[in-house]
Amino acid sequence: MKSFKNHLSLVIALLSILFSLQVFTIVERAIDAYKENLAKNYALVVVAQKRVDVDKLLEKSELIASINEISPDSIITKLNSGISKQNIALLKVTLPKFYKVKLKRYPSPNELEKLTKLLLRSQSIEKVEAFSKTHDTTYKLLLLFKTVISVFAFTVIIVTILLIFKELRIWQFKHNERMSIMGLFGAPVWLRSAVLFRLAIVDAVIASILSFVIFSYLSSLSWIEEQFSNIGISIVLFDKIYDFLIMLGVSIVVSMLLATFIVLGHKEEV
Amino acid sequence: MDKVIIAENLSLAYSNDETIINKANFSIDSGSFVFITGASGSGKSTLLKSLYGALKPIEGSLVVGGVELRGVSSSKLNFLRKHLGIVFQDYKLVKEWTIEKNIMLPLIINGYEKTVTQNQVDSLLKHVKLRHQAGKYPLELSGGEQQRVAMARALAHNPILILADEPTGNLDDYSSQLIWNLLEGANEQLKTTIIVVTHHIPETMKVDYKHYHIEFGDIREVI
Ligand SMILES: Nc1ncnc2c1ncn2[C@@H]1O[C@H](COP(=O)(O)OP(=O)(O)OP(=O)(O)O)[C@@H](O)[C@H]1O
Ligand SMILES: [Mg+2]
Repeated sequence: MKSFKNHLSLVIALLSILFSLQVFTIVERAIDAYKENLAKNYALVVVAQKRVDVDKLLEKSELIASINEISPDSIITKLNSGISKQNIALLKVTLPKFYKVKLKRYPSPNELEKLTKLLLRSQSIEKVEAFSKTHDTTYKLLLLFKTVISVFAFTVIIVTILLIFKELRIWQFKHNERMSIMGLFGAPVWLRSAVLFRLAIVDAVIASILSFVIFSYLSSLSWIEEQFSNIGISIVLFDKIYDFLIMLGVSIVVSMLLATFIVLGHKEEV
Repeated sequence: MDKVIIAENLSLAYSNDETIINKANFSIDSGSFVFITGASGSGKSTLLKSLYGALKPIEGSLVVGGVELRGVSSSKLNFLRKHLGIVFQDYKLVKEWTIEKNIMLPLIINGYEKTVTQNQVDSLLKHVKLRHQAGKYPLELSGGEQQRVAMARALAHNPILILADEPTGNLDDYSSQLIWNLLEGANEQLKTTIIVVTHHIPETMKVDYKHYHIEFGDIREVI
């Protein structure tokens, strides 16, 4: 019971740091997945006087995934009533060319503006429709969402660190006594601090394992999966190897830093 | 005879405006049994602190076990402390360790083998009559019991010098006698030098002893 309480405060602090980090990671992943989705359904329309050299345009920007000519047939069919075949052929030649430009990823408004300018520089291109109004709103909404979550995660981390520093003074006091006593019997510094570093590592491992269990459970919930598929994406909520290693690394670094603070702050009493 | 402690012109102070010990000269033979008396606040604990290097002399020289403590390096001090057995006036037991582990501390620091350590601790617990309390924590013991744990810890690693600050201060006659017997035993059988701060020199002492008295910042032998 006694040793359990010893571990609790640091484990909880570490857990809340790991929790905010993972939530942040999930949001990041969700936004990326959502952007990819948006990019799939998003295209610019380019109107050109003559046929454009598609390969040349592709070379000009890395952002462009594909350029496809939109066949004028559908438009022509609509005009079809009573136009002779020869006239249709003529129309086909004089009608401007339409191209659908697909992008590799969802662009920022800035990127979009640059791309539009770039395309317009090409001689034959007359007009570029980027549907920038809808694009802007969606993009800003995404950004807002991300900012809100980041601020939230950041706040949790800051509050936790403040709490840890408050706890640190208690730990410092507690460990100071033992370290002083060990010092009075001639224990070298590494031996005096060994208990502390072992405690720090054990707590870091406990916190990582607990968050492993929590996030494994959360990512197995179909309810959460549904929420994501409702907006048309599916992401890895918790990568059992990669994310766990990150968690382990972060918690070990944080707790080792704390232990180092305590060792450095140790003073021998007279 | 070998000297385990040599103090020359030794002055001790916590701050500039008050010297507790003032230019004291004394030496202690290796293997001797020494009592130190003095009024409360006269500087007995302060003197012991200087002997285990927790308080550095502000003047003069202090050599303990061949180590000059004025400006001593921390590694040299650790080396010396490994061979000291200290009973502090306030015990200084590690609260989050069982008394068994507390007694083990000097043995662990000195790198004793596990089985040797365990045997030694068992025998000490028996000697201070605390065998049934081995798994308890210091705060679960009475003051006198804690004091006996502190004594057992000081004896654990067969130190060359034992510094005991009022080791029977909290004990009844029976337990006090237990402590005196242990200290006399170590002195006789292991030739351990023993320095004890006390208000009452026991009347039952079997070994020869010396008596120093601290008064007005001076340390003088009482003959
Ligand atoms: N850590 C300290 N900081 C400042 N002054 C101290 C400190 N410890 C002791 N003193 C002062 O040094 C003087 C001697 O104290 P010391 O503890 O050596 O007395 P003592 O002889 O052991 O007394 P007692 O018999 O009551 O234990 C006292 O006047 C005390 O106020
Ligand atoms: Mg004292």
